[in-house]
Amino acid sequence: MRILNLAGRRLAASIPTLVLILIGVFLLLQFAPGDTVDAMMAQMGGGDAATARELRKFYGLDLSIPAQLGNYLWRLVRLDLGFSSIYGKPVASVILERLPPTILLMTASLSFAFFFGLVFGVIAARGVNRWPDTLISTLGLIFYATPSFWFGLMAIVVFSVYLQWLPPGGFEDIGAARTGIWRALDIASHLVLPTLTLGLIFLAIYLRIMRASMLEVLNLDYVRTARAKGLDETRVVTRHVLRNALLPMVTLIGLQAGTMLGGSVVVESVFSLPGLGRLAYESVVQRDLNTLLGIVFVSALLVITVNFIVDLIYARLDPRIMAEG
Amino acid sequence: MDLTRLEINRRTALLTSAAIAANVINPMRAFAQETPRKGGVFNVHYAAEQRQLNPSLQASTGVYIIGGKIQENLVDLDANGQPVGVLAESWEATPDGKTVTFKLRQGITWHDGKPFTSADVEFTAMNMWKKILNYGSTLQLFLTAVETPDPHTAIFKYDRPMPLNLLLRALPDLGYVSARHLYESGDIRQNPTNLAPVGTGPFKFVKYERGQYIIADRNENYWRPNAPYLDRIVWKVITDRAAAAAQMEAGELHYAPFSSLTLSDLARLGKDKRFIVSTKGNEGNARTNTLEFNFRRKELSDIRVRRAIAHAINVPFFIENFLGDFAKLGTGPIPSTSTDFYPGPNTPQYPYDKAKAAALLDEAGFKAGRGGTRFSLRLLPAPWGEDISLWSTFIQQSLGEVGIPVEIVRNDGGGFLKQVYDEHAFDIATGWHQYRNDPAVSTTVWYRSGQPKGAPWTNQWGWEDKNVDKTIDDAATEVDPAKRKALYAQFVKEVNTELPVWMPIEQIFLTTITAKARNHSNTPRWGSASWHDLWLSA
Repeated sequence: MRILNLAGRRLAASIPTLVLILIGVFLLLQFAPGDTVDAMMAQMGGGDAATARELRKFYGLDLSIPAQLGNYLWRLVRLDLGFSSIYGKPVASVILERLPPTILLMTASLSFAFFFGLVFGVIAARGVNRWPDTLISTLGLIFYATPSFWFGLMAIVVFSVYLQWLPPGGFEDIGAARTGIWRALDIASHLVLPTLTLGLIFLAIYLRIMRASMLEVLNLDYVRTARAKGLDETRVVTRHVLRNALLPMVTLIGLQAGTMLGGSVVVESVFSLPGLGRLAYESVVQRDLNTLLGIVFVSALLVITVNFIVDLIYARLDPRIMAEG
Repeated sequence: MDLTRLEINRRTALLTSAAIAANVINPMRAFAQETPRKGGVFNVHYAAEQRQLNPSLQASTGVYIIGGKIQENLVDLDANGQPVGVLAESWEATPDGKTVTFKLRQGITWHDGKPFTSADVEFTAMNMWKKILNYGSTLQLFLTAVETPDPHTAIFKYDRPMPLNLLLRALPDLGYVSARHLYESGDIRQNPTNLAPVGTGPFKFVKYERGQYIIADRNENYWRPNAPYLDRIVWKVITDRAAAAAQMEAGELHYAPFSSLTLSDLARLGKDKRFIVSTKGNEGNARTNTLEFNFRRKELSDIRVRRAIAHAINVPFFIENFLGDFAKLGTGPIPSTSTDFYPGPNTPQYPYDKAKAAALLDEAGFKAGRGGTRFSLRLLPAPWGEDISLWSTFIQQSLGEVGIPVEIVRNDGGGFLKQVYDEHAFDIATGWHQYRNDPAVSTTVWYRSGQPKGAPWTNQWGWEDKNVDKTIDDAATEVDPAKRKALYAQFVKEVNTELPVWMPIEQIFLTTITAKARNHSNTPRWGSASWHDLWLSA
C-alpha cells in the first residue's frame, strides 16, 4: 500500500514536468530552420515546389504552430503518439521496435559498470594509497577521459578486424536464422563490445564514488566497534561497510539512467545498433517531430520508472528512509 | 588552428593520390578470364535510410541503391553511356517530337507472378513520374497521355516537343516502372509496397528491418538468361562512416557506394589489395561544387564583384591539396564527363589572380577600408560532404586575403535548404550541383528565372536574364541533337559570363568494393544499376 502511495505521488509529480518538457521540445524544434519536408528534399536530392506543397499537406505542416501543438497534446491525452513521417507508421510501434536493443544495452552496461565499479571501488579503498589503488584509480581516469566513440572504434579494430573474435556491429547475425538460446547467444556476442564501450565510462565514475564512500564509512565509529569485537576485515567490509557505502552508488544509477539513453546515440551509431538513441538523432535531423516527442515521452517514462525503483532500493538498503518518508 | 587542419588534409590528399594511382592497375584484374560463379551474398553499405524504396516515386541514389535492383527502368545506360533498352526493347519519336513510342519487352512478370504490360507503364508515367517523382514532374510537365494500343506498346503524347535524346538520358533515373495492380487503389504515397517493393528486376525484396538491414534474394524467373549470379544482397544500415570502414576491413561489407566512407579511409583502403577504390562506374553521377551568389546583396549584384571573388580563389591549389585525384578543375555547369553536351573548356573562365581580383573590387567601388576590409559576407555551406566543408573554409581564407571577411554559418540538411532556397538568408552559399546526364533534368533550373520560392537547387539568387531563359527554353524543346548541343554550349557561355553561380570543381563519387567482385562498375550509373551480371569470385 505504501509503495502504491509512493508510486502515485511520484507519477502525479512527474506529469506536469513531462508536459512542460514536451511543449519545450516542440517549440525548440520549431526554432530549427527547415521542416521534415525540407529534410526529405535534402535526402532526395531535389524536387519541385508543387511536390513540396503536397508533402506539407500530407504531413499536416500547413497548419499553424499552435494548432499543430494543440493537435499533438490532444492526441497524447488519448495516448496516441501520432504518425512518424520518416517511418510511415505509428510512432508507438516505431519506438516499440527500437526499445529492446536500447534497454538491453542500457541494463547490460549499467550492471557491468555497477558491479565492477563496486568491486574495484572496494579493492581500491582497502588498499588505499598502495599499488592496487593507484592502478585502479589511474585506469579509471583513463576510461573516464577517453571519448566513447574512439573506444568503440578501437575495440572494433582490435577485436573484430584483427583478432576477429567478435562481430564489428549490428544487433544479430542476418544470414543465419537462429532461434532460442542460439539467437540469445548471438545477440549477446553482438552486445559485448557496445556494452563495454558504454559501460567503461560509467565504471570509472562508479569506482571513484564507491572508493570515496567506502573510505568515509570505514572511518566511522561503528566500524571501529566491529573491529574491536574481533570481526575479521572481510566480514567488516561485507556486513557493515558495504551496505552503507552503497547509497551514493544507487543515487547515481537513478541519475544516470537518463544519461545512458543519451550516451547511447554515439555507441549505437558506432556499432550500428537499431536503438532509441539513433532514432532520436535521426528524427532531429529529419525534423520528424512526432517521433522525437514520442521518444522524449518514452524516455521520460523510463527515467521516472528507474528513479522509482531506486527509491524502493533505498528503502531496502536503509530502512530509516521509508520510515521517515 | 587552421594550419593544423590544412596540414592533416594535405597529408590525407597526398596519401590518397598515391592510393588512386596504384588502383589504375587494379581494374585489370577483372580482365583475367574466369568463369562466372553463381551464388554468394553481397553486403552493401547503406549510409542513410530513406523514407521509401520505390524509385518510381523518389529519384535519389539512396533509393536506387536498393530499389534499382528490385524494380527496373524502361531504359538504362550502357558501358559507353548510351541508352540501352531494359523494359523497353525499342523506341522511336515522330519528327515533331510530340509522340514517343516504346515497344516493351514481352514475357516479363512481376515478382508476384502478374504479367508486366503497357498498362503498368501508363499508370506509372501518369500517376508517379508526372505527379510525384522529383524531377520527373518537371520532365513530364507536358506529357498529356500515354496510349496503350496493345500490351507491349506505350505511346507517350506530349504538348510540346520532347527531344528524344533528353528523354532517353533522363529515363535511366526517372523511368522506373511500378506495378499498376499494387498501386491502383488508395494513396500512392502511403502504399505499403513503397517499403516492400515489387518489381521485375533480378532481385526480389525479402525483408526490411528499419535501422538494421534490407534483404533481397535472387529472382529465379528473371528475364535475362543465366542472371543474376548472386543469391542474395544485404544492405546494412551503418550511419557511422568510420565504423563502416572497419566493417569493410572485417569482411562484413563488400561495397561502400557513392563516397560513403571518409576521405582518409578511402585513401587507406585504396592501398589495401583486398579492395578497389575508384571513380569508375559513377560517371553518370557527376557533380560540381558551387558558389552561389545572392543578388539581394548589392555588392554581389555587381558582376565585377562576382568575378573578383572567382579570381581570388586558387581552385587548382585547393584541388591538388585537399581533394587529390578525387576531383578536377570544372569549367561550368556541364561537366566534362557529359560526352553528349560538354562544350569544352573555351568558355569564360576565372583563373586565380589576386591582383586582378583586387583591381576589380576597387573598380566596383569597394575599396579597402580600415584594417583592409571592403565588406563582409555570410557563407552557408551545405552539410552533404567533407569536401564542401573544406571548400567553404578555403573560400573564407581566400576572400579574407582580398579584404572580404567571411562568416561561415553551418546548418543541417533541412536547415540549409530552408535558409538558402526559401528564406534567402545567405550572401554566398556552397554545395553540390548534381548533373544527371542531360542539362534539362537538373541543371538548367539553377539558372532559369521564375522558379517558385522554396524549390531547392533552383535559381533563388534574385537573378534574371532573358537571354539565358530563352536559350534554356529553346534547348529544352529542340529535337535536333546537334542544335541542342550548340544551344547548351551557348548556355554555358552565357552563364559563365554572368556568373550567378560559379561551378569551378567537378567531382565523381568514389566506389569502394571488394577485389573479389566481377562485372562491377561497368556502366556510368553502376551503383544504381540492377547488378544482374555482378558476381563474386571464390
